[in-house]
Amino acid sequence: MTAPIPQRDAVLTVEHLSMRFGGLLAVNDLSFVVRRGDITALIGPNGAGKTTVFNCITGFYKPTEGMLTLRHADGTGHLLERLPNHAVNRRARVARTFQNIRLFQGMTVLENLLVAQHAPLMRASGMTVLGLLGVGGYRSAEAAAIERAKAWLDRIGLIARADDPAGDLPYGAQRRLEIARAMCTEPVLLCLDEPAAGLNPRESLELNALLRHIRDVDGTSVLLIEHDMSVVMEISDHVVVLDYGVKIADGTPGEIRSDPRVIAAYLGVEDEEIEAVDAEVGLTVPVTGAEA
Amino acid sequence: MDVFLQQLINGLTLGSIYGLIAIGYTMVFGIIGMVNFAHGDVFMVSSFVALILFLLLTTWLGLSSIALALLIVLVLTMVLTALWGWAIERVAYRPLRGSFRLAPLISAIGVSIFLSNFVQVTQGARNKPTPPMLNGGITLLDQGGYAVTLSYKQCLIMAVTAVLLLGFWYLVQRTSFGRAQRACEQDRRMAALLGIDVDRTISLTFVLGAALAAVAGVLYLLYYGVVSFSDGFVPGVKAFTAAVLGGIGSLPGAVLGGLIIGLIETFWSAYFSIEYKDVAAFSILAIVLIFMPSGILGRAEVEKV
Amino acid sequence: MQASRTGPSDGAASFPDILRDAGLYALVALGLCIPIVSFRTELSQNSALDLVPRWGLVAGLCAAVFVVRVLQRLVLARRDARKALTPSAHQATEAVHGEPNAGQRVSRLAVPVFVGFALGLPLIAVLATGGLSQSRYWIDLGILILTYVMLGWGLNIVVGLAGLLDLGYVAFYAVGAYAYALLSTTFGLSFWVCLPLAGLFAALWGMLLGFPVLRLRGDYLAIVTLAFGEIIRLVLINWVDLTGGAAGISSIPRATFFGIPFTAGDDGFAARFGLTFDSMHRNVFLYYLILALALLTNAVTLRLRRLPIGRAWEALREDEIACRSLGINTTTTKLTAFALGAMFGGFAGSFFAVRQGFISPESFNFLESAIILAIVVLGGMGSQVGVAVAAIAMVGGPEMLRNLGFLKAIFGEGFDPSEYRLLLFGLAMVAMMVWRPRGLISVRVPSVALKERRAIAGSLVREGHG
Repeated sequence: MTAPIPQRDAVLTVEHLSMRFGGLLAVNDLSFVVRRGDITALIGPNGAGKTTVFNCITGFYKPTEGMLTLRHADGTGHLLERLPNHAVNRRARVARTFQNIRLFQGMTVLENLLVAQHAPLMRASGMTVLGLLGVGGYRSAEAAAIERAKAWLDRIGLIARADDPAGDLPYGAQRRLEIARAMCTEPVLLCLDEPAAGLNPRESLELNALLRHIRDVDGTSVLLIEHDMSVVMEISDHVVVLDYGVKIADGTPGEIRSDPRVIAAYLGVEDEEIEAVDAEVGLTVPVTGAEA
Repeated sequence: MDVFLQQLINGLTLGSIYGLIAIGYTMVFGIIGMVNFAHGDVFMVSSFVALILFLLLTTWLGLSSIALALLIVLVLTMVLTALWGWAIERVAYRPLRGSFRLAPLISAIGVSIFLSNFVQVTQGARNKPTPPMLNGGITLLDQGGYAVTLSYKQCLIMAVTAVLLLGFWYLVQRTSFGRAQRACEQDRRMAALLGIDVDRTISLTFVLGAALAAVAGVLYLLYYGVVSFSDGFVPGVKAFTAAVLGGIGSLPGAVLGGLIIGLIETFWSAYFSIEYKDVAAFSILAIVLIFMPSGILGRAEVEKV
Repeated sequence: MQASRTGPSDGAASFPDILRDAGLYALVALGLCIPIVSFRTELSQNSALDLVPRWGLVAGLCAAVFVVRVLQRLVLARRDARKALTPSAHQATEAVHGEPNAGQRVSRLAVPVFVGFALGLPLIAVLATGGLSQSRYWIDLGILILTYVMLGWGLNIVVGLAGLLDLGYVAFYAVGAYAYALLSTTFGLSFWVCLPLAGLFAALWGMLLGFPVLRLRGDYLAIVTLAFGEIIRLVLINWVDLTGGAAGISSIPRATFFGIPFTAGDDGFAARFGLTFDSMHRNVFLYYLILALALLTNAVTLRLRRLPIGRAWEALREDEIACRSLGINTTTTKLTAFALGAMFGGFAGSFFAVRQGFISPESFNFLESAIILAIVVLGGMGSQVGVAVAAIAMVGGPEMLRNLGFLKAIFGEGFDPSEYRLLLFGLAMVAMMVWRPRGLISVRVPSVALKERRAIAGSLVREGHG
């Protein structure tokens, strides 16, 4: 491996990732690194291939080319492109949310969080056999799982609605629940697909706090796709910019904000107009920053 | 070689009938995404309608020209069966549109059970033979005592199928109904917003599917000369197989699939075993659905995440 | 085309409108009756077909359609008027915590009442009919219904919980029956040895057939399972050496009371227990056997729902993609659902074989699969009580036709109500779907709760797609 960044720093290394759908090259030779303990943002205009990258990382698509390495803190590595879909979560410990929320709508909030703890509960129930016979430690394992779920519900402010069907929650709460559900799988890397989409400003700030908490307290690295620049600039430690499936920039939020290619890609404008836009983007940051 | 040629003719004849039924499946699936389970039984009903009409014309009204009788039977059967198609959609499927996805399937199975038992109750459980009609044929090849014949029935079946398919093709490709239908296939809600009467388009789809099944019913009766109330299920499944094999939603695919299934069935019966011919049809259905669910001419679907 | 425009808006239609609409329906019915009802084909002496006109029947049918449509419109009009006044719970902006309604309160009592009735049925039947042998009809009917309840519960695991649409469930019923028949006739194994073996065998077949269809969704899955069911039936017919072909397998050893046969001899059941011999002893035993098997199916299913595998099934029904993102192996999860459902089908098949003493492929046709699936869907997918009620309605209801002998007085001697069993069955399937597309009990009860377990409205619960 010839990654330019020391390996113990990188939780996810994407190397020469390409994804082709028929004649369409959705992602073209993309390489970037998600560092451990960082919130990394993947941004780009609509159709830039961000969600395709996510689907490759989380095993929903098999990349046409490229290598995706996920490294745990103890040094074990997983080649994500070789893992079956569900093993990306179970073994490599990558969790994700979806752009169009995919909760189990007909199940309660609590049930959603218990489904996320499937693997440990399955072991505790002796692959169902012991649990069916009522022997073994399933009861205590389930109680522990419920405690964990309760802790998460407390954190996302949904403890009062634990017994309501997830489909009845308001939109913002559904987004938070989906993040909590992903976190219940105890991931090393959490991938969020537009977590702030459709949130009001207050919910958006709560989201920022939640993500920081996940990074600092749970020690989970975060990779997120986001259109809301206030969120991106506010919380991310590192930003990767995609356009037409190609990486056009990669750096800190400050570097990205002043990158002419990024601004051109976003707005499709001449260079001289960039400064005006730059000021506009810069304006949004102090405002939200002050509130947070 | 002669056996092969004879089986080829038989297979194409059978395949024409399957193809006609398959169009009904493929159109309905294309437009409302449901497997019209009762379609095979609509086909069976049309065979009975044709049988009774034929008897009425020849024995009661004393029509002596078989050709004229057949023509009248064909047209009337299409009309009456189309009414069945319309009524079934109206009563059993339309109230369920947009509801629970399994409901139309169960409802369709209910209609299928109803139709076959309705015919059993009203017409009796025994096989009904027709008086012989259109005998004879053209001997294409006669060597070593094995004659390859193309019977007049087979000629008629293939000719009627070809003519109707051309007319139908024109209807779907060139008329405003066809345009409305294709629009509804793509996006029903958007079509409705653009002023297309979606209910009417779907009704017409069922009407057309039933009318084509009626043609198949008349030809089936003509070919086999016998029909019974339980004759809907197996041809129905085979025609559905044809629709899937050709790529469900694709009209040329349905015809192509029908011909392939007809050929496979006749060749299987001729060269392997007649007992397992239905097993072969069902196996093909399973294999096609599992390994190439988009069929020969269908479009592949990509899983959306 | 006026008839085609019905909707909530025409709730206030005037009576003449309703009459005109019903008239149109009657007219369409007339069209449908020509010529399939108006002429009956009869084979004459010289094996040609004669036509017998029956216009009276046509008129009767059209009149019936007219009356039914008028009544339906009137009922619908009243329902729509009522609906317009009461907003649905889904229009509420905050969570609605209503008191349980009458139906829900009754349903809490329903389970103990059902089980109690089921346990006491033989006694009730004997008391009501005045003797063991007189109660045969009712006990046999009980056995028949319970067989379908068990099959419904077995299929409910696959369709109701895991959301996998299976139209070939009867195949596993057949596998269980043939496994029992072949094991007991060739190796002389007893019922209690064969039962688990037949169940395991069916489960194995469930996995075998389940494996290739894992990727399929919805209707396609239904059709492939249908094809598998038919293939198994056709193989049973054609593999004469093993299965006896269409003639089936006869003289299957009958059920014994844990080794004690139900015979009149000295070591028979009656003699051992000091009873006078009655052939009904066996039927009562069979009744309790199928009741125990059905309750076992129910207990296992209820237990599984609270285990991770059961939650994974329901999650799979809700959203397969989300399941995979949470590390759930959807392949094994689906296969366990198939295998367990098949196993209970196999148990029921063994029971069928031991009860009948004779099996043939005829008993395992597509219609059976359709009936079982209809029971599950009509019951309300996932609801155990609903499935039981639906089984009683779908299997018991048509049986009641046999008792309608008085109709002969109206329609003449040649009238046999049971001839109309399947006809009405098909109609009932359509009517029930139009009336309650989500089944009798459409709410879902959560598997776990922090405070209180509140039923989840059916409109939120997905029906699965895989």
